[in-house]
Amino acid sequence: MRVVKHPILPDDTDCDITIYCDGKAIPAKRGEPIAAALLAAGIRVFRETAKKNFPRGIFCGIGRCTDCVMTVDGQPNVRTCVTLVRDGMQVETQKGLGRWAEEA
Amino acid sequence: MRKVQTVVIGAGPAGLAASIEIAKAGGQVVLIDENSKPGGQLFKQIHKFFGSREHRAGIRGYDIGLQLLKETEDLGVEVMLDSPVYALYQDPEGVMVSYMNQGREKAILGEKVILCTGAAENALVFPGGTLPGVMGAGCAQTMINVNRVLPGQKIIMVGSGNVGLIVSYQLMQAGADVLALIEAAPSIGGYGVHAGKIRRAGTPILVGHTIKRVLGKTQVEAVEIVALDEKFQPIEGTEQILEADTVCIAVGLTPLTELAWLAGCQFTFIPVLGGHIPIHDDNMASTVPGLYVAGDIAGAEEASTAMEEGRLAGIAASEALGLYTDEQAEPLKEAVWNRMNTLRTGPFGQKRFDAKVQMLATAKGGK
Repeated sequence: MRVVKHPILPDDTDCDITIYCDGKAIPAKRGEPIAAALLAAGIRVFRETAKKNFPRGIFCGIGRCTDCVMTVDGQPNVRTCVTLVRDGMQVETQKGLGRWAEEA
Repeated sequence: MRKVQTVVIGAGPAGLAASIEIAKAGGQVVLIDENSKPGGQLFKQIHKFFGSREHRAGIRGYDIGLQLLKETEDLGVEVMLDSPVYALYQDPEGVMVSYMNQGREKAILGEKVILCTGAAENALVFPGGTLPGVMGAGCAQTMINVNRVLPGQKIIMVGSGNVGLIVSYQLMQAGADVLALIEAAPSIGGYGVHAGKIRRAGTPILVGHTIKRVLGKTQVEAVEIVALDEKFQPIEGTEQILEADTVCIAVGLTPLTELAWLAGCQFTFIPVLGGHIPIHDDNMASTVPGLYVAGDIAGAEEASTAMEEGRLAGIAASEALGLYTDEQAEPLKEAVWNRMNTLRTGPFGQKRFDAKVQMLATAKGGK
């Protein structure tokens, strides 16, 4: 959920671009990380672990823990907490270690 | 390969302050950061800072960030973003910095290099701790204050230090419901003024409590907490299940020291400062020639002390480059030390003051 009204900060700006998560259109704001757009859309499971398929999502938010990695525009293991959105970006829930698009 | 007078790594409060001081001294400085925007963690700090006027107290963190960015711009500091540094090497002419930029490996040699890499939040281990919805408190703070996105609606905060207290309040300001703040120790860790705000808002602060487990299939659905005895052991029969969707962890910070290890710095272990810390002297100089450390990497503290340490390292590096004479540098450094010493007072600051005294003694002892 977006925080539009805030007691200290000015009103939030509107979404101006669209990204796609597993094919579904997600509104996003230029300059925000992928993880923010996904959380705003209520998406919390970003990947599944390789052996036990455990769900994982954002944890550290500064690009250190790599729990939030997803496949972005065909490239696996992209840290969504520090990678900014781009209009038309294709984001996929990553299974295990992921695969490069050309290998799929 | 490019060679410059100084390279500063990390554009948070310490790195910005260090760059400003070097530029003020007339030095050439390249400020490198892995992120797309400078400022580090300053822009998520929407609360007013403590301290006196000379520490910019009463000003909100993001306004301090904007001031620092304007100063670096006015002084012509070269800022290189989206450039993660992955290695440091000792070099006869200074310190070699290897970094990535647009998928390419590059190197720059700094006669003096200042490491301002900051710190990362500690994790806490409990069953269910890897479920989506469990996250660092600082991560949640970035989401609400910078990205303006609520990471969840019903939140349990773990840890009652200043980060736990401040972020709990900011989550409420952003519209979330903070169900409880739990603390394993028998007393609240942070300032009373912050704790008071939480309590007035109706959120209980449960001291002597910890998380037993987090329940949920694909994300956090409920949190089981339990009371602890004086030996930090769970007391059977005191379990409570709270219907929360998010757990925020605020149990301290660990300095990001990887680059200092790679460069060959000597370390010392000081728990109050967050663990292993590169040994540094009263000029913030590490044990590697030409390499300085400042901010949380030199001991996890606060943004206000990080800025002062950055200034000190910047002035000292400028002096070492001959941009200042000793007579010019001394009063500047003394002014920084006076400000830092006032920041390190009070029940919380005193411990960090003592730890830094211990650090300086270690540096003088040569080990």
